[in-house]
Amino acid sequence: MDFPILSAVTFLPLAGAILILLIKALTGAQIRADGTEDDRVMYAGLLFSVATFIVSIVMFLSFDLNGTGYQLVEEVDWFSGIKYKMGIDGMSLLLILLTTLLTPIALIASIGSIKKRLTEYVVSFLVLETFMIGVFCALDLVVFYVFFEAGLIPMFIIIGVWGGIDRIYASFKFFLYTLLGSLFMLAAVVYMYLTAGTSDVVQLEQYAFDPGAQTWLWLAFFASFAVKLPMWPVHTWLPDAHVQAPTAGSVILAGILLKMGGYGFLRFSLPMFPDASVLFQPFVFTISVIAIVYASLVAWRQTDMKKLIAYSSVAHMGFVTLGIFSFTEIGVQGAVFQMLSHGLISGALFLIVGVVYDRMHTREISAYGGLVHRMPVYATLFMLFTMANVGLPGTSGFVGEILTMVGAFQANTWAAAGAALGVIFSAVYMLTLYRRTVFGEITNPELENIQDVNTKELICLIPLAIGTILLGILPNLIFDITRESSLHALAQVAGG
Amino acid sequence: MFDLETILTAIAPEVLLAAAGLLGVTIGAFLGDRFTGLSFKFGALVLFAAAALAGYYWEGGRAFDGLVETSSYANFAKVVSFVSGGIALLMAEGFLRRHETLRYEYALLVIFAALGMGMILSSANFMTLYLGVETLSLSSYVLASFHRDSPRSSEAGLKYFVLGALASGLLLYGMSLVYGFSGSTSYEIVAEAEPTMGLLFGMVLMITGLAFKVSAAPMHVWTPDVYEGSPSPVVAFFATAPKMASMVVFAIVLYTAFPQAMAFENWQVIVGIIAAASMLVGAFGALPQTNLKRLLGYSSIANMGYALVAVAAGVQYGAGSLLIFMTAYVIASLGLFGGVLSMRREGGMVENINELAGLVRRQPGLATALTLLLVSVSGFPLAFGFLGKLAVIQAGVSSGMWPLVIILVLSSVIAMYYYLRIVKIMWFDEQAEDFEPVDGWVTMTVYVSALVSVALLIFVAPFSELAETVAAGLIS
Repeated sequence: MDFPILSAVTFLPLAGAILILLIKALTGAQIRADGTEDDRVMYAGLLFSVATFIVSIVMFLSFDLNGTGYQLVEEVDWFSGIKYKMGIDGMSLLLILLTTLLTPIALIASIGSIKKRLTEYVVSFLVLETFMIGVFCALDLVVFYVFFEAGLIPMFIIIGVWGGIDRIYASFKFFLYTLLGSLFMLAAVVYMYLTAGTSDVVQLEQYAFDPGAQTWLWLAFFASFAVKLPMWPVHTWLPDAHVQAPTAGSVILAGILLKMGGYGFLRFSLPMFPDASVLFQPFVFTISVIAIVYASLVAWRQTDMKKLIAYSSVAHMGFVTLGIFSFTEIGVQGAVFQMLSHGLISGALFLIVGVVYDRMHTREISAYGGLVHRMPVYATLFMLFTMANVGLPGTSGFVGEILTMVGAFQANTWAAAGAALGVIFSAVYMLTLYRRTVFGEITNPELENIQDVNTKELICLIPLAIGTILLGILPNLIFDITRESSLHALAQVAGG
Repeated sequence: MFDLETILTAIAPEVLLAAAGLLGVTIGAFLGDRFTGLSFKFGALVLFAAAALAGYYWEGGRAFDGLVETSSYANFAKVVSFVSGGIALLMAEGFLRRHETLRYEYALLVIFAALGMGMILSSANFMTLYLGVETLSLSSYVLASFHRDSPRSSEAGLKYFVLGALASGLLLYGMSLVYGFSGSTSYEIVAEAEPTMGLLFGMVLMITGLAFKVSAAPMHVWTPDVYEGSPSPVVAFFATAPKMASMVVFAIVLYTAFPQAMAFENWQVIVGIIAAASMLVGAFGALPQTNLKRLLGYSSIANMGYALVAVAAGVQYGAGSLLIFMTAYVIASLGLFGGVLSMRREGGMVENINELAGLVRRQPGLATALTLLLVSVSGFPLAFGFLGKLAVIQAGVSSGMWPLVIILVLSSVIAMYYYLRIVKIMWFDEQAEDFEPVDGWVTMTVYVSALVSVALLIFVAPFSELAETVAAGLIS
């Protein structure tokens, strides 16, 4: 058996977390009187997440880009015919890379801004990283479910301990909303296991469920993924969670956790329930368009920067579902691309908000204005990511939106028209945000002495900026890798 | 006629327990208080030895003209019950010493309770079943009021006794009706009898009585009060060993004495309703609780509801799942009550969940272990409890009881709220005062059960295979 590279990527952060805890227990590291801790624990965490990133690069190199099906497969018996099975295709490969890229960035962004309970913070992020990677690697429904759910606990702690004033409410809402959806999925998983006699994803893709059963199974999976994505009208946990979460938590939440919903649709709903997917296409289109238009309008009226970006995420995820359920190659390719691109852009936007929040300790848009006079570099970067979020050609945001709309246009003209409306609104709210915070005269005297972005923040933002532009100019880099998995996701729907 | 080997294959653990219990009484009569310190080790040793005997005579057998019959299914439950009872006994010593109620009778009562558990698990006749139930119950009543100077403990014992006596009466009345309409008290012959209305009526009364013993709604009302009032180590015992034994007996009686299609259809509906009621009562009842013991009482009602879903699924789908679920529950409960026993400050035990505030800052190990145990008992992935819940859902789905599965899902989410509330208090809230150190057995139980809960999530295969094998033995 080859070296289990996927398990290595998945469990390296967890091993790091355990090691950090052990070292701390053995050295009996003291907490200082003011409640702060030794910074070195942060660097230790960073070390492990960077190491994970490097291992994931190795994984990328050992992945055969021209190959078909799932690669680097690992299989170990677990119990009662359920296997611990890992394997990746192009889509999951890129999502894993996104995860391993964003986690170190999130940790770097936390240096200095998180002061209390540092060890727990770092450990939570590392544990979360393990579960996130596991979700994208799992090729067994039960294993997938374990990773999918387990990630809730560290995120619950991240929001609940280091969050804002209403953090308790937000963390409970986040947890219980997601759990309710997921448990219905668990019941569906059990049914599939009993009916098909296996929970192996590859075998289940071949198994044709009875159309009546498909409807219910699709709905159960939908309950889980729609909450996670989140789709309108079950999106209400997201603004709360984002506003209360610390910056790094928001980066991970928007960058990766939301992508699990879209990933779930492509990996499970489409290939396993093709008939039901076709049946529910109008339904998904309807709520996607509502999400795009409604969330955009709501975003426009926000006074809190993070809430605005959170609603913008809901709108952008609407494009993802639109693309997926267009059942066209171009639409699905666009959806995968949009997920990756949104991972970079929304992560960057939350970092951008974090930069000024660290300095001013407020996220109210009205407290800012005229930042360009004091923070030119910041203004430039902010401009870039604003434009990317709007979907300006040349940035990755454009590619994802145009392709999902083209895909949707082929399936339903009205849906595409509604989505196009959302593109216009996104320009309205993002440009309003940018104008009110960056341009104009400085009205708030506290802003007079605000410092421009420092090296640490640049280290976080530059890779995301490069990624955004690179993907905007050379989208084929992504498409070549994801084509196989997009076609695979569509094979049952189109063929059946 | 009298064949020792046959008797031993059927009831070796019970023979040991009865003999050791009587021996203990005798030693106690001579040594008096000098026996006290030793009695707890003696009791635990006896219980572990009984578990080993149950493992040794794994295949079981039949004795006394079919009055007792032990299957490997029953032996599985015996091993779990005896081991958890022994651990609960070891955890009790330090607590009782500090409360100046350390008496050797405690250990002997636990031995006799274990004897009752063994008897009901080996019963193949309503007579042995009733005798076993009463042996278990009478020992439990005394244990509940073991703090005889405390009004709360006496109240708990009295409530338990009065309601327990009522339930025993119902059970006995049900048995007499079944006897009247089938002409026998033997499971085998009852199983062959025609399921007339009178027989079914007796069966319903028996279900009522047994539901009381497993604290299933609507026969649950005693549980929160007894959990709150009884001394904590006694509750640690109540929540584990007798629950395991009673629940498995509940299943065995229904599976073996009432397997006819018509009876099955009837009890499946009744058990299903009881299960749904328990899940909902447990979920909603725990929401406003601030006393940890009371909260765990409601949590156990909810968990018995989940177990009853497996019972209602019938022998073919539910028997194996029941064992997996109950074992996961027992392991997590032992650890959680170890946590309750760890909550000691100067001036005595504290039971309010807010006393756990900020525990992670003071005792990160204990807080992490308790979090894992809460995760396990809530059936969330990351611990063995998840596989228990998975098994129950599997039982529910394969027998097509979708309404029950949906109620299970909804009540799990509600229940998650109060488990999370404890996690929140331990992790998010500002620090309360330190707990005093407690004795090694308690700490060890907490850590070991947390570790076992996680380890069994990964290395569950031999365990689940064993459960399925013994369940298959029950079908044939």
